[in-house]
Amino acid sequence: MKILVPVKRVVDYNIKVLVKSDGTGVETAGLKMSMNPFDEIAVEEAVRLREKGSATEVIAVSIGVQQAQDTLRTAMAMGADRSILVLSEESPEPLAVAKVLKAIVEKEKPDLVFLGKQAIDDDMNATGQMLAGLLGWGQGTFASKVEIVDGRAEVTREVDGGTETVSLSVPAIVTADLRLNEPRYASLPNIMKAKKKPLETIQATDLGVDMTRRLTTVSVAEPPTRKAGIKVGSVAELVEKLRNEAKVI
Amino acid sequence: MTVLVLVETEAGQIRQASRSAITAATKLGDVHALVVGNAADAEAAATLAAKVPGVAKVLKAGADVLAHELAEPVADLIVSLAGDYSHIVAASTAVGKNVLPRAAALLDVQPIPDVMAIVDADTFVRPIYAGNALATVKSSDAKKVLTIRATNFDPAPAEGGSASVDAVNVTVQDTVSRFVSEHTPTSDRPELESARVIVSGGRGLGSAENFQSVLTPLADKLGAAIGASRVAVDSGYAENDCQVGQTGKIVAPELYIAVGISGAIQHLAGMKDSKVIVAINKDAEAPMLQVADYALVGDLFEVVPELAKAL
Ligand SMILES: Cc1cc2nc3c(=O)[nH]c(=O)nc-3n(C[C@H](O)[C@H](O)[C@H](O)COP(=O)(O)OP(=O)(O)OC[C@H]3O[C@@H](n4cnc5c(N)ncnc54)[C@H](O)[C@@H]3O)c2cc1C
Repeated sequence: MKILVPVKRVVDYNIKVLVKSDGTGVETAGLKMSMNPFDEIAVEEAVRLREKGSATEVIAVSIGVQQAQDTLRTAMAMGADRSILVLSEESPEPLAVAKVLKAIVEKEKPDLVFLGKQAIDDDMNATGQMLAGLLGWGQGTFASKVEIVDGRAEVTREVDGGTETVSLSVPAIVTADLRLNEPRYASLPNIMKAKKKPLETIQATDLGVDMTRRLTTVSVAEPPTRKAGIKVGSVAELVEKLRNEAKVI
Repeated sequence: MTVLVLVETEAGQIRQASRSAITAATKLGDVHALVVGNAADAEAAATLAAKVPGVAKVLKAGADVLAHELAEPVADLIVSLAGDYSHIVAASTAVGKNVLPRAAALLDVQPIPDVMAIVDADTFVRPIYAGNALATVKSSDAKKVLTIRATNFDPAPAEGGSASVDAVNVTVQDTVSRFVSEHTPTSDRPELESARVIVSGGRGLGSAENFQSVLTPLADKLGAAIGASRVAVDSGYAENDCQVGQTGKIVAPELYIAVGISGAIQHLAGMKDSKVIVAINKDAEAPMLQVADYALVGDLFEVVPELAKAL
């Protein structure tokens, strides 16, 4: 069984981004970039399945600028066997990404595609579902558990009221939620080894995919800031404020 | 313009988030509400949806294949109905987020998730970077596919309307996915997303037992729902459906009491639009204190029981 894992290079989750003063976007220059945390979880899950013997090969793929090869090296240091970089503009839209991935899937013929459930930059939470739709495959989104049972993928999903388990025929799409696993840190020897693993580079345009954006960003603004609050000295004071000032109890 | 809204029910009610989606949709055009489920559930849901003011017509899709609102058949159903609708809308719930992007891909549309405000028929405001920036985006797609952030739109009332109901002839199939089981812990507390007051706990509680014994009396006094940080959920103090934040629930109650929660940006993303925020934390430097209206610096194990007693 072959597993494809798309990974995205994003601003590190510990960094609080600032809106550019001209309102055209957020300032990303010079910021630490990392693999999208949900994608790390997807890589980890795929590597574990290979280590258990359920999968034979794990292929990482990233769509974006040249620097995304660092993200692919990280995926390979975590255990992916090889990777593909599809060069395009920075951060293409989920629809375009899903179309590129469909082309890759048709070429590589994986049995499973594991993605992160959302990228923490655009917070779209769409690519996995869109790829599943384009391929006509089943989708196990927001997964907190994945098992291969009798050749089907049994996926436990985090839903609003708790969890739900679905059984998908393979090939299938899975998108990882936070509790699926805790990704490993790549060890130094594995980071060294990853440098020698194969990384193929192709152009998005060579796949015949129309990458035209459907959404234009009109402006980007800071969210309204809350007015500074006060420190209360005691429980009694808190209760008094909530009753008489805020009037919420 | 006419808008198709996927409406969800829960425990014999139209979900509040879906009623917020209806409110948003009425700003775009006439609203047709799509209800799905097995025959009996769809029938019941259609009756409820017809009563929501603002709904012009209800489309009732009842079939076993739709019983669990799985994305594969529901997306196909939406595509088959998409016809002349200018917008296809759902709430940003687990179901909405699962189904709509799939339907959008099949319609060759880039979806617009988590809409917080509608500027015009093509232009919408949505959060990016865990809500640290708000992007106004304009779509060039002929049809728009949107999910609505429920906390930004008042829910339409449950009663007062009288829409007509049309039965949809369901021909979609599902050959790739199958429902197996669900685990839905029940509680007699209010639902997180519609609660007026939320008491939320984090790592500071230290154990599942403390989480219960410290927070429950306070939540009982206030008639509050109980929320949690990711760490509290991951450590097994609370169920996963209690998580508030970027990847959990988005809430905006009248009063949010954060107990032993530091206020990481991913947590703030889920609750910073609450009307009044109280932080109870022993660390005066915790980021939660910067967004709190009232901060009480102290040991939660002393302060919270005292607060419960004082109410
Ligand atoms: C991709 C991604 C998505 C995430 N999504 C979410 C999300 O949706 N929701 C979420 O919550 N987190 C999310 N996180 C995790 C987030 O970054 C934080 O790790 C988490 O919110 C911290 O939880 P906490 O505040 O309970 O724990 P901590 O940050 O450890 O804070 C514990 C707090 O308790 C206080 N405390 C301890 N003991 C006491 C005491 N006796 N009395 C009073 N105060 C005390 C401490 O001073 C501290 O401020 C996400 C992370 C990532 C990477």
